[in-house]
Amino acid sequence: MDKFIKHTGSAVPLRRSNVDTDQIIPAVYLKRVTRSGFEDGLFAAWRNDPEFVLNNPAYKAATILVAGVDFGTGSSREHAVWALQNYGFKVVISSRFADIFRGNSLKGGLLTVIIAQPDVEAIWFAIEADPTTKVTVDLESRTVSYRDVVLPFAIDDYTRWRLMEGLDDIGLTIKNSGSIDAFEKSRAAYKPATLPIRG
Amino acid sequence: MSKTLAEKIWAEHVVRAAAGEPDLLYIDLHLIHEVTSPQAFDGLRLAGRSVRRPDLTIATEDHNVPTQNIDKPIADPVSKLQVDTLRANCAEFGVRIHSLGDKDQGVVHVVGPQLGLTQPGMTIVCGDSHTSTHGAFGALAFGIGTSEVEHVLATQTLPLARPKTMAINVEGSLKPGVTSKDIILAIIAKIGTGGGQGYVIEYRGSAIRNLSMESRMTVCNMSIEAGARAGLIAPDQTTFDYIAGKPHAPEDFQAAVAYWKTLFTDSDAKFDVEVNLNADELEPFVTWGTNPAQGAALNSTVPNPADIEDEEARGAAERALVYMGLEAGMPLKKIAIDTVFLGSCTNGRIEDLRAAAEVVKGKTIASTLRMLVVPGSARVRLEAEDEGLDKVFIDAGAEWRNAGCSMCLGMNPDQLAVGERSASTSNRNFEGRQGKGGRTHLVSPLVAAATALRGTLSSPADL
Repeated sequence: MDKFIKHTGSAVPLRRSNVDTDQIIPAVYLKRVTRSGFEDGLFAAWRNDPEFVLNNPAYKAATILVAGVDFGTGSSREHAVWALQNYGFKVVISSRFADIFRGNSLKGGLLTVIIAQPDVEAIWFAIEADPTTKVTVDLESRTVSYRDVVLPFAIDDYTRWRLMEGLDDIGLTIKNSGSIDAFEKSRAAYKPATLPIRG
Repeated sequence: MSKTLAEKIWAEHVVRAAAGEPDLLYIDLHLIHEVTSPQAFDGLRLAGRSVRRPDLTIATEDHNVPTQNIDKPIADPVSKLQVDTLRANCAEFGVRIHSLGDKDQGVVHVVGPQLGLTQPGMTIVCGDSHTSTHGAFGALAFGIGTSEVEHVLATQTLPLARPKTMAINVEGSLKPGVTSKDIILAIIAKIGTGGGQGYVIEYRGSAIRNLSMESRMTVCNMSIEAGARAGLIAPDQTTFDYIAGKPHAPEDFQAAVAYWKTLFTDSDAKFDVEVNLNADELEPFVTWGTNPAQGAALNSTVPNPADIEDEEARGAAERALVYMGLEAGMPLKKIAIDTVFLGSCTNGRIEDLRAAAEVVKGKTIASTLRMLVVPGSARVRLEAEDEGLDKVFIDAGAEWRNAGCSMCLGMNPDQLAVGERSASTSNRNFEGRQGKGGRTHLVSPLVAAATALRGTLSSPADL
């Protein structure tokens, strides 16, 4: 995973709430067995509409998505994160994310930043007035900034450290495999197992 | 210290806790399907890792499999590739799999409980958000992404931040014709799609205790639609009786029951939030919009967005009515339906099929619609056929299909056409969920059956 320390780019306003993962990438696009190529399916239904904001050439180079409240609800499909990343997004900003989507994004290195709804709206106004407005997301200082505005955001120390180091969770957990071995020795005998097959 | 049920299960599964880090939680059961696992197995292969506990892992094919002609090769080459990839991965890594044609193939959340693999006090995960279904047994069960699937395959653990706890107390008794589906739709309408975000919900109260296991699964299944990753119900005699005799029920059943009886929220434990709902007042409930919180009693009307105070919710309602092709103020019972879908991990179990069959028995569905009946698993299908339910549905004019997720998410050929309107016993009414441009109303199996007969959204009381 690439390290994430700081990113500066232009941003696209997505003025919709409750953007579920079926909208981010419809199920018919989930049939690949790789992690790449999902950009075709990103917001597939909405991209048929010429008025949809991602079809506006002014936002073509955007790498930051600024979305309405409750972004990423619904299905657990990590393909939603991959579709956003494959398309070129590095950061999504919203006032609230669904739990599974946020977990997936932070595991995969797509930074999801939570700021208050009035601050989201202020960014919307700024990037609608001038789509070339540069937005900087700095994980080190935990701030979003554009023009002369600086907005702090919260992220736990552990996740921040992991993203800044570009570390994947599995490697970190395997360092503690001694604890897993010890735990397994204490598991109750009546806990079910899938093997051997019964019935 | 007194604990809630969720806190007890959590504490019993902590492998490692360190200040400033998420807890490392042990996973008792990992369920796998074809859509969210290929990239995880690929990750293992690239890193030269194995599956740590194949004996705590089980796979089935559900999301994109066809429900017709299952004895023939899968026609869609991309679906076929995904299913073939799952079979090859399971063979390579030694994972048990129930493939198309096997009696234990079916929707992953129907398969776990019917095999007796879902038991109280367990931690259960799957790369599917409706894993919350298994919470009905008093297990901590939640959906995960593909990176986490890989993590569990490699280590049988997950690093997780401790969730907050929410109690939803449903006291009273349900009127005839009101089901657990109506309970959960009413809860979601009350707390919203983000209301449970960051929480594990415990459903409590007399109305919950009086539900059968299968009805409890319906409630827990849709916890995610309220934003909660997990929802659970304390196990009781109903739970123990359901597990007894299942293929993977504990051999030392008494020892297991003795432990299961410790799984309840201590009387002086505190939840972070409590929500109350009166079961006496509930009516059959349906959705009118494009998220599961946009629902109302079937006896009411399509709401007028202008009456909604919150600006965000008002905008969402306006957009939903345009997408759904509905007018504010229209009685919900006047809405004409093109397709009735009975099935899914929410309502595709034997009890759901029995309830719907009871309504349609000896009658004929409206000539203006089609009805798909898709059992949640091959075992449910066989059980229904033993009881003659297949004949009841076929005689009424419905289509009797094989098991799978089917039209719940329209990954296989079972899809709505543009503008087509469904009454669906599934869990999501998102734009295009059941097919591009399709319009979904979420309903209970009873409402689905009555709607199939009348052609418009209806409850059995309207017949």
